[in-house]
Amino acid sequence: MEPFKTHRGLIATLDRANVDTDQIIPKQFLKSIARTGFGESLFFDWRYLTDGKPNPEFVLNQMRFKGASILVARNNFGCGSSREHAVWAIHQYGFQAIIAPWQENGESRIPAFADIFKNNCSKNALLTIELSAPEVEEIFLMTDRYAGLEATINLDEQRVTLHLAEEISFHFEIDAAIKARLIHGLDDIGSTLNHEKEIDSFELHHNPQLYK
Amino acid sequence: MPKTLFEKIWDQHVVTTLGDGTSLLYIDRQLVHEVTSPQAFEGLRLTGRKVRRPELTFATMDHNVPTEDRFNIKDPISKAQIEALTKNCKEFGVTLYDLKSEHQGIVHIIGPELGLTLPGLTIVCGDSHTSTHGAFGTFALGIGTSEVEHVLATQCLPQKKPKTFKVEFTGLLSPAVTAKDLILKLIGLIGTAGATGYVLEYCGEAIRALSMEARMTMCNMSIEAGARAGMVAPDETTFQYIASSNRPFAPKGKDFEKAVQLWKTLPSDPDAKFDREMTIDASKIAPQVTWGTSPGMVTDVTNRVPEPDKVPGYSRKDVEHALEYMGLRPGMPVTEIKVDTVFIGSCTNARIEDLRTAAKYFKGRRVASSVRAMIVPGSQQVKKQAEAEGLHEIFKAAGCEWRESGCSMCLAMNPDQLKPGERCASTSNRNFEGRQGKGGRTHLVSPEMAAGAAITGHFVDMRTWK
Repeated sequence: MEPFKTHRGLIATLDRANVDTDQIIPKQFLKSIARTGFGESLFFDWRYLTDGKPNPEFVLNQMRFKGASILVARNNFGCGSSREHAVWAIHQYGFQAIIAPWQENGESRIPAFADIFKNNCSKNALLTIELSAPEVEEIFLMTDRYAGLEATINLDEQRVTLHLAEEISFHFEIDAAIKARLIHGLDDIGSTLNHEKEIDSFELHHNPQLYK
Repeated sequence: MPKTLFEKIWDQHVVTTLGDGTSLLYIDRQLVHEVTSPQAFEGLRLTGRKVRRPELTFATMDHNVPTEDRFNIKDPISKAQIEALTKNCKEFGVTLYDLKSEHQGIVHIIGPELGLTLPGLTIVCGDSHTSTHGAFGTFALGIGTSEVEHVLATQCLPQKKPKTFKVEFTGLLSPAVTAKDLILKLIGLIGTAGATGYVLEYCGEAIRALSMEARMTMCNMSIEAGARAGMVAPDETTFQYIASSNRPFAPKGKDFEKAVQLWKTLPSDPDAKFDREMTIDASKIAPQVTWGTSPGMVTDVTNRVPEPDKVPGYSRKDVEHALEYMGLRPGMPVTEIKVDTVFIGSCTNARIEDLRTAAKYFKGRRVASSVRAMIVPGSQQVKKQAEAEGLHEIFKAAGCEWRESGCSMCLAMNPDQLKPGERCASTSNRNFEGRQGKGGRTHLVSPEMAAGAAITGHFVDMRTWK
């Protein structure tokens, strides 16, 4: 996996909550046995008209977001199917990071990203950043107001900076294991295989209850 | 210290802790299907790795499979994916239940049938509805393709320990109200991200009274509440289900007795602490119907399509967008929504009890002339059983299509698809835009509600069915 340290790029906003992985990559593209070639089909049903031409209404088809590499979305992004193809599509389209808001829920927080989707991102050098709802709202507002707004993401410092005349920065929290994996571009399977002796000895006394 | 069901299973499967709140968890079974596995096997080939425990890995083909002429797959890309699975299983020594097998079926339906799904195990599959297996008191979770490869290579998965969320359903369900309505109601209450980061444990009188198959329906849709997994503690119902039928991988005789003693230690201790708890009165739950494009957009069949500013958890804009897609207007009674298609199938509701229930309503009746009804058994075993009981004759006499087993119109990867604008009463699990075909409109319901809609052409409160 490519290491992720810092990234500067154009922001694109997608103003919809609960974007599911069926929308990110519809089923007909899951028949591929390859791991590449999904970028063109990202958001297929929203992005293309029935005649195959780009839908001018869809935000990512608008000139102002051409070449965007940071996607700002709403809550519960990536819900639904576990298809990792959704992450491959977003990444292969050119996005390096997705920002979405967590929600207040009494004393706890509802995470910004669906669980399996977030895990899948972390295996593909696609950074998911959770900010508070007012912070994400501000990014939406600023992106609307200032065409071509860029941001820099510094993973080591856990910071997103908007490049405005007066810069605005947001701190984000991230799971330590995911951070380390992304920064060092670790091979996840290789890391587990470093524990092979422990797996061997675990198997000596563990019964997986297979009766045939 | 008292522990929950989930914590007991977790603790029994920690190989080692990785120091940052993450543990390396041992996986007892991996189930594999054709869509999310080819890139994982390719990854093994590229790195020269093997499948660590092929005897704990089981595959079938379900997503792409045609349900009419299943040996004549016309789509060359679907065919290539199915052939890739055959080749990969052969190369890596994985047991495969292919289209010729009497055990082929939807992966989450055949696991329990074969006796692969047992209490106290950890099970993964590259499919979000792996939560189904939690009905046995199993920690079962859906994973992505990178993780599929990870488990193939190591039989382990690094996991951050999820939090626990107990949902107690008090009282008993009204007649014609089902496990599907329980889970839809819960999703409506807490939202589609309401359980993100948690493992749900369902308990209470209503859950104890559910059959194993109904518990599977319940756990199946835990992912639609955002949960990592859903679980029900094993009890006599569980043990009887495992002992019944010929389940090749289930323990028998002395092994079974020994296993039951072990399984009886699994239920949450009486004073175990959960991170979150909730109680729902099951006796007050009405049949549920989704009206929007998210499983949380759901209401009682006796209600009306909501006003856009009156839906908790969704913005006005989201609701307006959903209603426009669904072609519904606020204030319209749910019972006046007319359907064109009825789909009874999927890993949520395509087991034998679901088909028996549907047949009860179809017997001696006809599908409305404006409706196309399709019944897709979840597995070859379910199909065989249904045919032995003559259910297929009831369906056919009523004007339903009787199909071969597979995922079918739940995700419409095979030829079973809705056309733009078509409206479907579906026993599946997702009403996302385009899920059942581009422009198709899905209403999630129970098999009871689907049968009623097929016969009358619109939704009916099945509690009042005569």
